[in-house]
Amino acid sequence: MKYFPLLWATLWRRKARTVFTLLSLTAAFLLLGTLQAANAMFSGGSLNLSAPILIVQARVSFTQPLPLRLLPQLEAIPGVSSVSHSQFFGGVYKDVKNFFPQFAVNPERWRKTSLECHLSDEQFQAWTASRTAAVAGRQLAERFGWKIGDRIPLTSQIWPLKDGSRAWTFDLVGIFDDSSKDSCVRQGNMYIRYDYFDEGRQFGQGGAGIYLLRLSDPNRAEAVSRQVDALFENSPDETKTQTEKDFTLNFVRQLGNLNLILSGITVAVFFSILLVTGNTMSQAVRERIPELAVLKTIGFSDGGVLALVLAEALLLCVLGGLAGMLLSVAALDIIAKLPIGIPPIDADLRVWLFAAASMLGLALLVGILPALRAKNLSIIEALAVR
Amino acid sequence: MFKQTAAITAMNLRGLTQRLGPSSVIVIGIAVTVAVLVSVQAMALGFQKTLSHTGRPDRAIVLRGGSEAELNSTISRENTLTIMDGPGIRKDADGKPLASAEAVAIVALPQKSNDAPANVTMRGVGAKAFALRPEIHLVAGRMFQPALREIIVGTSAQAQFKGLELGSHIGIRDSDWTVVGVFDSNGDAHQSELIGDVETVLSAFRHNLFHSVTVMLESPEAFDHFKDALTTDPTLTVDVEREPDYYAKQSKQLSTVLNFVAYFVGGIAAIGAIVGALNTMYTSVAARALEIATLRAIGFGAGSVIASVMLEALLLALIGAALGATASWIFFNGNTVNTLGSNFSQIVFQLTVSPVLLIWGVVWACFIGLIGGLFPAIRAARLPVAAALRAT
Repeated sequence: MKYFPLLWATLWRRKARTVFTLLSLTAAFLLLGTLQAANAMFSGGSLNLSAPILIVQARVSFTQPLPLRLLPQLEAIPGVSSVSHSQFFGGVYKDVKNFFPQFAVNPERWRKTSLECHLSDEQFQAWTASRTAAVAGRQLAERFGWKIGDRIPLTSQIWPLKDGSRAWTFDLVGIFDDSSKDSCVRQGNMYIRYDYFDEGRQFGQGGAGIYLLRLSDPNRAEAVSRQVDALFENSPDETKTQTEKDFTLNFVRQLGNLNLILSGITVAVFFSILLVTGNTMSQAVRERIPELAVLKTIGFSDGGVLALVLAEALLLCVLGGLAGMLLSVAALDIIAKLPIGIPPIDADLRVWLFAAASMLGLALLVGILPALRAKNLSIIEALAVR
Repeated sequence: MFKQTAAITAMNLRGLTQRLGPSSVIVIGIAVTVAVLVSVQAMALGFQKTLSHTGRPDRAIVLRGGSEAELNSTISRENTLTIMDGPGIRKDADGKPLASAEAVAIVALPQKSNDAPANVTMRGVGAKAFALRPEIHLVAGRMFQPALREIIVGTSAQAQFKGLELGSHIGIRDSDWTVVGVFDSNGDAHQSELIGDVETVLSAFRHNLFHSVTVMLESPEAFDHFKDALTTDPTLTVDVEREPDYYAKQSKQLSTVLNFVAYFVGGIAAIGAIVGALNTMYTSVAARALEIATLRAIGFGAGSVIASVMLEALLLALIGAALGATASWIFFNGNTVNTLGSNFSQIVFQLTVSPVLLIWGVVWACFIGLIGGLFPAIRAARLPVAAALRAT
């Protein structure tokens, strides 16, 4: 640490060059931060889906609702502690840009299955008491500034009411939170009552949507999945059962191979930044050869000089990288607010770890050759340059 | 001055081999920027092209009012008959309207790229569907037969999803479908679909509601009359749109996102490249301070020094642009990608690296080269001759 002033001084020896190098590092990490956050979303890496929940869908596609009559059979399966069903509602709140998912569920069943989401007893009572009642996740309520008691109008793109109108109205009676930190993955959703929905809709009565099975033993997930699918094999309602995590990952993977291109860009940008920074470091060391020789003369060991040059590279990369990552957080924030329909993306821990590893790796790659050169410097020859 | 500029530039270029490292920073930086910009835009362009190729102005699609996309819509059998009786629909030789009441269903098929199931559209079409859409033509196998569980598959769908080879079987619900033909539809959106007979599809999915009706009009001008007649009919609540308008709306969201990504990513990469170019050119000027001072001392003008530095930057930028554009063309042109379109189902499209995109890439590169060269050039010209000559 006592060498920090020395490092700092050498870094600013050529102000313009350092500023330019820092700027290009910042640009590179701004890209890396945003693209990796997007990539993490594509691969589902930022999702916390550890709940022991299985999702049962129609084998042909999850858009085909399974009938409600499967419920008793699913409940009878050993190892299943509770079963909930969920039908996508497809409602639009004021404008299509405000997209968020809504599902028609049975409140009791929903509460018993979604243990990760906490809804107070009082609000739950209110939900079961009124047929038009609905609950929303904290995140969703904050997004639109909803309070308990608000009336939420939704225009369903899929389900008309009996009279042909598509305008449904719900009363917000509850807002649910995480039971423990970041455990409730449903905070961006709204839930309406299935009984009200099923009676109100023009067609499709008796269709439950998909089923969520909560398991008493997470290790039995595979056995239970197989059992469910075997139960309905060759019936008119063949099922496909997978963990909630796989279901969500597969949903995200529907975005296709676009993320391959994002990864390609990250690699390319990284390569070019490697060149820029590498070039700067080798110049910086080349210019300072006599100075380094002086350091060695006054007693710095070979290893000490090597460490000094590497530390300089690291300082450069961390400064630029940190600035870029902070900018990427700000950029993601702004992008989420732009009216172009990119969903909110968070740079999670993994992205930061990846960035930190990149800074370290980059520093090592660009620093090692100049550092070795500094280490192997012969004092006499270096001083003789003058 | 031109002679002077040419002389200095030639001298600089001969010296380039000694500054290979720093010069390659400019070249690679710009090559990467151009490649990134061109490839992301190629994605946006390819997607737009696929959807804008779908449909003709003299065809209209009818959906239930407010449903926005086919999958959300529902139209009863009686209503499809009313719609097909509408005014301005072109008639076939046998006097029947050129119209097809259709149903779409989603089938989950594994993607070839990652094995994850993808929502592929299975479209049930009426008897007149192929007279209605002459762009669909078989490239292998034969047409499906009504009442049999047979389908034909688009070449794009076949390229991107597993299990669609000629003769293979697809299990849908409790029914088994055979792929009997492969079709091409000039690269439009239908080429990512599976097509079968509508009644057979409806029965397999145990539906009795149609999703849409597509009609061929007598002329593009007949549209307004047709639309007015349907929307004022009290037995119908429908939206009527020209096909190109419908598909343009479907592509709007994703195009906006892709274009945004192109400019965001390209812009940041460009800033990085400009900074890299500035760094290199400043270093290059500093390294040649003595040389430049000597030139100035023997009578070369400031203007020609500026011009020569900028020319050098520009030349390096052009080499970078050529590399980047070629790389993006080789690696990305014609690459097939698939993603989730707004009908909640997969759309397959090809990345299209058009000449316009390449030219844009070169323009960006020149801009980067000019900015990267300008300031160092000014510094070179301002170098005090006497001080520079004494510096050694």
